[in-house]
Amino acid sequence: MDSLTLARWQFGITTVYHFFFVPLTLGLVWVVAGLHTAWVATRKPVYLKLTKFWGKLFLINFAMGVVTGIVQEFQFGMNWSEYSRYVGDVFGAPLAIEALVAFFLESTFLGIWIFGWDRLSSKVHLASIWLVAIGSNLSALWILIANSFMQQPVGYALRNGRAEMTSFLELVTNPHVFVQFPHVITGAMATAGFFILGISAWQLRQARDEENRAAFTLSFGIGATYGLIATVAVMVVGHSQAQYMMRIQPMKMAAAEALWDTENPAPMSLFTWGDERERRDKFAIKVPGLLSFLAYNRFEGEVRGIKDLQKSYEQQYGPGDYVPPVKWTYWTFRMMIGAGIVMLFLGAWAALAAFRRRATQSPRLLAVLVPAIALPYIANSAGWIFTEMGRQPWIVFGLQKTADAVSPTVTGGEVLFSLVVFTLLYGALMAVDIYLLRKYAKAGVTDINLHGALGAAPASALEGAR
Amino acid sequence: MTFDLNTLWFVLIAILFTGFFVLEGFDFGVGMLLPFLGKTDEERRRIINTIGPFWDGNEVWVLTAGGAMFAAFPHWYATLFSGFYLALLLMLVAMIVRGAAFEFRSKDRDPQWRATWDWMIFFGSAVPALLWGVAIGNLLKGVPIDANKHFVGGFFDLLSPYTLIAGVTLLLVFLTHGAIFLHLKSTRTIRHRAAVVVKAVGPVATVAIATFVVGTYAWTDSFARLGVNPGLVPVLAVAAMLGAGAFVHRNAMGWAFAMTCVAMALSVATVFMSLYPRVMVSSLNPDWSLTIYNASSTPYTLTVMSVVALIFVPIVLAYQGWTYWVFRHRVGPDTTLEY
Repeated sequence: MDSLTLARWQFGITTVYHFFFVPLTLGLVWVVAGLHTAWVATRKPVYLKLTKFWGKLFLINFAMGVVTGIVQEFQFGMNWSEYSRYVGDVFGAPLAIEALVAFFLESTFLGIWIFGWDRLSSKVHLASIWLVAIGSNLSALWILIANSFMQQPVGYALRNGRAEMTSFLELVTNPHVFVQFPHVITGAMATAGFFILGISAWQLRQARDEENRAAFTLSFGIGATYGLIATVAVMVVGHSQAQYMMRIQPMKMAAAEALWDTENPAPMSLFTWGDERERRDKFAIKVPGLLSFLAYNRFEGEVRGIKDLQKSYEQQYGPGDYVPPVKWTYWTFRMMIGAGIVMLFLGAWAALAAFRRRATQSPRLLAVLVPAIALPYIANSAGWIFTEMGRQPWIVFGLQKTADAVSPTVTGGEVLFSLVVFTLLYGALMAVDIYLLRKYAKAGVTDINLHGALGAAPASALEGAR
Repeated sequence: MTFDLNTLWFVLIAILFTGFFVLEGFDFGVGMLLPFLGKTDEERRRIINTIGPFWDGNEVWVLTAGGAMFAAFPHWYATLFSGFYLALLLMLVAMIVRGAAFEFRSKDRDPQWRATWDWMIFFGSAVPALLWGVAIGNLLKGVPIDANKHFVGGFFDLLSPYTLIAGVTLLLVFLTHGAIFLHLKSTRTIRHRAAVVVKAVGPVATVAIATFVVGTYAWTDSFARLGVNPGLVPVLAVAAMLGAGAFVHRNAMGWAFAMTCVAMALSVATVFMSLYPRVMVSSLNPDWSLTIYNASSTPYTLTVMSVVALIFVPIVLAYQGWTYWVFRHRVGPDTTLEY
């Protein structure tokens, strides 16, 4: 493999891995802040216990998001130096602002929240977790402003052999941000909702003492409500994002549907087994007109196919292959949507059970919600792989190709070495992180201190058995 | 020196690095001391908890510096991080395991688990301390950069007697700085041990600095650029370090810490003054050096970023300063331990 391929693998692996932790941080922090607020407002012990229970899981997860984020700050320079030179004047700004405005805020106030239990008045201490919530979500906003420039470059001019910023306002009000940011944030909230649901379900299945049952019945209700609302929202905004994408990156959507030829009305593929090289279906099941409907909200309307788009891109950008890897885009798009549909169904079921106060009476529901924790993770990863691979061969759409962006002086051996190091290190840390999450999730709320700190390792019965 | 936007950003990045060296400098020092000054688990936890509320916020200074380099001087960012590839990889690995170690080490009671993470904290603190020194040495000495702003050397080009002296010097300075901080934040046994370290390592660090200064005059063009009289800043940096020694001698550790902070800040200033207006020196041809002009973003981007920085840097300083006030107490037997 050449250094380009290796650098792409490295970016893919480190970024998907980073985003394995980030959504839970973004979504769960609002719940922790809400529970903490409920404790300060009502002084009911259950809220304090739940703040600490979910807060601890939040911290274990947060740490991984932070340490994997360090790599993100530097790897554009390491592996993508020509990209950094070409668009740094535009792309560097949101990245630097993210660190200065958001990352400082969340890191500093998280320290205050963790250590401030008996050092601050309860209101100031409460404010710190809200600042963490605002900081981490602002961080996501700035990163997505940066990513939106790659999807739909705006606010720049090509001068002096590079892209130079002409309007900061256009950069931060990129219309792409307005479809992408809500999709990512609601996706993160759905992730947190299903995380809470799954763990609460596991706890309720154990049918432990009254305290745990009460605490996790409450958590179940929160998770179900949050998870269902967020799943509906992520679908609604995802739909408008897809319609938007039809306009700005029609090739990505054509590849998502394996739509080789322009059609009107266009069918939606339920299952396609195709030949990517010859650009034709071998076997396909399609719903007539549905793709036109998804694109334009009516059952007619032309959707341009891969072959046509390739021709017009050749005219616009010169000779080259402008078709993204269709198998990847087609299947990751389906994984994302498929996971979302299952989440919608499960979220509705769980919310109904919680609403009728029958959450504990359906062993089947409780059993299925535990593995369902994985669903949003599948959707998140598949969604990013889809949108980033669907943009290929471009690193910045219409502006720079990925092949021209890679560092020319870094050897394939160096990239391979760092790829192996990161993969092994991340793999090991992932195992540790999951071990700790499981341990603390299983420990329940019994041993949680009502006074002072979050506390380090609990002296729980479970621990003795380890 | 004309004070234009490019110079402003050069200064702002120097400030971000100053924040990093002063703040993360002591938590790197404490991290390196952890396995040696903490004999029992309880002691080790106390040592970690002295930097517990701070280390994450401190680390953001270097991430912001990286982001600021990207935004203000994209060629500097691109050449430095693609050029120092393997060194940076090593640094990233160290920072990753260190961050994970702080959060994970006390979340399980198994002694083996805790001991392993404690050593991760040690390596995660020592390796970046050493590598940042090596990096500074290379920035001052110059590295092979061609006419196209590309680094054309390899990993081993970064290692030379001078750059290794720089690395060891920075490690010793952080160790001293961290030991003084620990002395200020701990009680009884740990405090006593920290004082022993300060008195033993402090003089060695001072000798290392002297060696580094001599090396800088011998191996870099700083002498030619700064002259026999280098100006006030470097002289005051040395004076602050000697002042720290005097305060340690009189057991005035608070003042000693203030002095090591000042020495650190003035040393960063000296390094940046020696570079100005270059950001990376080419050892192949002086004309191929990256400067604040040929490596920079446009005046427009620099203006936007200036507005953002001039608003937010003071805000960050204010709330981080407040954090240090909130957690000013010593970590003793009565303190609840989080990590």
